[in-house]
Amino acid sequence: MTTTRTGPDSEPRGTGGDAGAAEPGAEPAARGARRDRGAPGARRARRPRGRPLLYTSYAQDMALLDTRAKKVWLGVLLGVAVLFSGLPDDLLILLAGAYVAAIGAIGLNIVTGYAGQVSLGHAFFIAIGAYTAAAISGDPGGRVLGFGITSMLVWLPAAGLAAALAGVVVAPLAARLRGLYLAIVTLGLVFLGEHVFKEWDHLTGGPGVGRPAAVPELFGLRFDVDSALGTRAQSLYMLMLVLLAVFAVAARNLARSRIGRAFSAIRDRDIAAEVIGVPLTRYKTLAFAISSFYAGCAGALMYTITGFFDPGSFNLLMSVQFIAMVLIGGVATVSGSIAGALFITLLPRLTQELPALLPFVSADTTQTPNVFQIQVALYGLLIVLFLVFEPRGLFGIWVRVRAYWKSWPFSY
Amino acid sequence: MKGVLESLIRGLGNGSVYALLALGFVIIYKATRVISFAQPAFMIAGAVAVSYLAGTVGFYPAVLLATLLVAGLALGIERVAIRPMVGRPVFVVAIITLGVDVVVRVVVNGFIGLDVRQVGDPWGLRPVEFAGLAVQQRWVAMFLTTAVLVALLFAFFRYTRYGLAMRAAAFDQETALAQGVSVGTVFALSWGLAGGLAAIAGTFVGTGQGVDQLTWIIALKALPAIIVGGLDSLGGAVIGGLVVGVVESLVQSYQGDLAPWLGQNFAIVTPYAVMLLVLLVRPYGLFGTPEVERV
Repeated sequence: MTTTRTGPDSEPRGTGGDAGAAEPGAEPAARGARRDRGAPGARRARRPRGRPLLYTSYAQDMALLDTRAKKVWLGVLLGVAVLFSGLPDDLLILLAGAYVAAIGAIGLNIVTGYAGQVSLGHAFFIAIGAYTAAAISGDPGGRVLGFGITSMLVWLPAAGLAAALAGVVVAPLAARLRGLYLAIVTLGLVFLGEHVFKEWDHLTGGPGVGRPAAVPELFGLRFDVDSALGTRAQSLYMLMLVLLAVFAVAARNLARSRIGRAFSAIRDRDIAAEVIGVPLTRYKTLAFAISSFYAGCAGALMYTITGFFDPGSFNLLMSVQFIAMVLIGGVATVSGSIAGALFITLLPRLTQELPALLPFVSADTTQTPNVFQIQVALYGLLIVLFLVFEPRGLFGIWVRVRAYWKSWPFSY
Repeated sequence: MKGVLESLIRGLGNGSVYALLALGFVIIYKATRVISFAQPAFMIAGAVAVSYLAGTVGFYPAVLLATLLVAGLALGIERVAIRPMVGRPVFVVAIITLGVDVVVRVVVNGFIGLDVRQVGDPWGLRPVEFAGLAVQQRWVAMFLTTAVLVALLFAFFRYTRYGLAMRAAAFDQETALAQGVSVGTVFALSWGLAGGLAAIAGTFVGTGQGVDQLTWIIALKALPAIIVGGLDSLGGAVIGGLVVGVVESLVQSYQGDLAPWLGQNFAIVTPYAVMLLVLLVRPYGLFGTPEVERV
């Protein structure tokens, strides 16, 4: 890829139907606008009234929120999310966990969705982030390793960078492999990682014992205790919401950049990508590094909510859950990752209600059709059903609903 | 020296179980170009079926019945969840098999319950004296059964009509279709074979220590085996399985003395370490075909 961008017609728009709806008349206007692009003081072209899908400048086409509907919806969703902070504390804790999971899911989506490199090793990178953060902010005189630097400004980037470094170390092996070979190798990473974390008990506390997680503290404010900011749950919820917003915008921004397009090119056809000048190894390494950075940050934050974690939790099931979030939410979409993470994290809460509705389901874990079994089976069943019937996931359902109402009352 | 030989034989015994599982993976891969992550579920289903049937009909008929039962289950799952996905990206199908695995395992775990189930095998942990070595009977049984099954499988692929059809479909699906091979039957047959092999492997895993809810993880050791041997090589799968078994057994015996810094139970993860080492040298495994793509 050179610095000259391709025309707006070839832009990959994640919005499905919009691409087809662009007017043919947009073409000359867009060409003209592109010529002035970059000229000093060039005024941002305005969109004609009543033509929300008519792009008259390259900047409009490349905008993060390219239609008014998106701006409005994003505002409404953020508003609702902020208003949610009035919910009961147990729900807030659950939602805060879901937001952290969403950060991890966005990370997995970068490598698996955007760059097309199937990774079953997400739990490994999450573990690295979690342990880096916990070790940096841990009590220096405690039973496990700790350096006593509790500021989040230090341990959050450090956790991300440590995981990204692990991603870079793995990448030379991963870049040589394709498709299912890669999936199995990353699976092996989870098993090797689990072994190391279980054995290294000076860092992890050992299996069945665990260690305290990182302390979420920023400029002297503790988020994991009741404070002037609100209750413990409220401050954790707002912290995770803000961080999720930051990470989501960063990922969306990455996807529309030169790097994001290189990722898509590799996903769609790696040989063709190489032919048009995308260095495969470099971009695959980058995809792993960025994805692992997200995973590391998610891992660091994930256990600040519960405050304690065990080396046994970073297993295959965790990787499968993240794959499920990405697939159920929608491959290669940021909003889909968030929806998928919310869905998977809130699912246990929903299945808890099942015994009340279905008398044959037991809440007792020693009975056979019990809540926990149904919950695990639902992960599997949902993955299968979504892939068979709606491969684009929750995001695909949203696209269909939107398309239906756009053309209502006509069927197309 | 005696210790090394005993460890080696234990490795060959366990390795032949991995080889059976690996054969299932490779048969499905060759037919459909998909790695079926549902093999652990089939393995455990087979072991549990034997543990229920052995009490009423005896061990050997129970193994036969369980093999047929699991092969039938695999056929059904292929028809319902995999066949509609023909022509879709292999990654998508692989993830579907992962989902199938989770669902089947939850159902089977319901039958296992919280305690360990015995498969009712005639061997137990009893050793047999063999040239001055104490060898467990079950290892010998595993190795011999696998040898017979592998011979039968190779004869099947070499000399029968359906074996020929499967080889043709694995070589080039469209051409095979044009020559009148029913590719759907090939898919079904491959899943059925893999299910049956997994059930037998599961029975052997259950001999000695029995089956509990965590036994399924053993089936994942076949994944390093197929990567070591090469994804699309039947012989590679057998050799990969044996290599993984032997290395694991040797590490289990000697790592505690020679390299204690690797930690307890390092043997459990050695298959994955071996896999990474082999991939560093040969990205397509020992006997796999390098992928050549026409641009």
